[in-house]
Amino acid sequence: MSTPILGPGFNALFYKECLRFWKVAFQTIVAPVVTTLLYLLIFSHVLESNVKVYEGRVNYTSFLIPGLVMMAVLQTAFANSSSSLIQSKMMRSIIFILLPPITSLEIFCAYVFGAMVRGLAVGLGVWLITFPFVGAAAAVPQKPLWVLAFAACGSAIMGTLGLIAGIWSEKFDHLAVFQNFIIMPLTFLSGVFYSIHSLPAFWQTLSHFNPFFYMIDGFRYGFFGIADVSPWRSLAVVTFFVIALSIIAMRMLQTGYKLRQ
Amino acid sequence: MNPVSAKAAAVNVDDICKSYPNVRALNHVSLRVEQGEFFALLGPNGAGKTTLISILAGLTRSDSGHASIMGYDTVSDYREARKNLGVVPQELVYDPFFSVRETLRFQARYYGVPKADAWIDEILHNLDLTGKANENMRALSGGMKRRVLVGQALVHKPPVIVLDEPTAGVDVELRQNLWTFIKRLNSEGHTIILTTHYLEEAEALCNRVAMLKNGEIVALDTTANLLRGMSGITVQVSADTMPVSWASRSSAQASGAFGFTLSGYAELESLLAAFREANIAIREMKLGEADLERAFLKLTSQSAAAS
Repeated sequence: MSTPILGPGFNALFYKECLRFWKVAFQTIVAPVVTTLLYLLIFSHVLESNVKVYEGRVNYTSFLIPGLVMMAVLQTAFANSSSSLIQSKMMRSIIFILLPPITSLEIFCAYVFGAMVRGLAVGLGVWLITFPFVGAAAAVPQKPLWVLAFAACGSAIMGTLGLIAGIWSEKFDHLAVFQNFIIMPLTFLSGVFYSIHSLPAFWQTLSHFNPFFYMIDGFRYGFFGIADVSPWRSLAVVTFFVIALSIIAMRMLQTGYKLRQ
Repeated sequence: MNPVSAKAAAVNVDDICKSYPNVRALNHVSLRVEQGEFFALLGPNGAGKTTLISILAGLTRSDSGHASIMGYDTVSDYREARKNLGVVPQELVYDPFFSVRETLRFQARYYGVPKADAWIDEILHNLDLTGKANENMRALSGGMKRRVLVGQALVHKPPVIVLDEPTAGVDVELRQNLWTFIKRLNSEGHTIILTTHYLEEAEALCNRVAMLKNGEIVALDTTANLLRGMSGITVQVSADTMPVSWASRSSAQASGAFGFTLSGYAELESLLAAFREANIAIREMKLGEADLERAFLKLTSQSAAAS
């Protein structure tokens, strides 16, 4: 009988990853939804009448919502896999998944899928809570398949990046460096709060080197059918990062980098 | 199942070397533990015991050499090797998100045992944890956490069980319960490999012993043979002074006491006669038989002298 690619080790670890964040759902699901809601309240109130996006075809609050949803998805997906890994490394309970016959692929998929579930759950929560601001009709995406594709790819990228950061970090401080000096700036400078067409030429060019820009721009295309760059180009960039980061994370797991001596 | 498993050694370690920066943790270590043995791995701190166990468990990679569990190579056939091995780690580790029962269930599922509840109940009963089954791991005392670690190692019923200092921090009564349970597992065919600082435990439980020092095996024999090699008795005498003729045979002891290592009871008679002739009153006298602790100290000190 052939061995399944993802066996019982994956099932157990994936379930454990989901149960881990579910047990502290106020902290892991509700808190990011509330934080994102605060962003929406403040930015939409202050900038609604001052900022024009897509040449006035979309009002600013509607424009802001997909960006905030995607930002919440990305940040929580990263937080889930990175914090789970670093906690189990610091508390040495990582041994419980290193001793059993779980393959590197199973560990990779369990952590990344767990991060995707939490990221998408938070994204769904943020999306639902924004209905009162723009009305249910305006909040519904025009091209839902694009929305799903970018939400899945974006959360997979950030879950994988969280896995890499969790393995690489030897203490919580290392993870904070990753979070505060890489994830946060790239997220905030990715076009969550603005269209890059409103930027000077230099910053527009620079934005094209930010992978987060493509995740958010492609996701927003699914809502409005309008984007700063072609959604196919965004999908190609995002797919490239999914594959490249997965290869790096798998290599780290297979060689036991910072996990097995 | 691998057809050679029935005849394979429970654990085979072949010429393993492992170095860390500035430390040679294991130096050409070879040993074989047969199926059904109760085997002790002894040595002072830093001897290489935990490194050896980590290599068997796949937590550490050796620089050279091979290791196998029930005939399965721990590197090339690691999944089968790990299915056949249960390890109780030395460190007191736990996942603070889960209860005792959830912890054991997850561990069983990692090994592909989806319905282990009956066995988990039995483990909880034998480890005196039934009343704590639904408690969060954070709420347990150190001794209880240690017992959960034992449970986690047993939950997939591995044929080979490695216990790295399993009774550290566990009180005397529960230690006895734990050993009764482990002895039962051994009598049912499980191979047990034990590292412990309580040498009397190793002496009472284990058929064979390997002693490690500075990453090398300094003794590998049956417990009985090691004890036979330590023939003789020790005598501790409390007196104001001692016969001059025995001064060179005396070892330093606590104030007012003199220690002697004798070849047997015939020599004890000579010692007592010397005290009588010198008219020295003996206030108290203690006799000691050969034990693993003496063998351990003798062998490890010989190794130190040789190196």
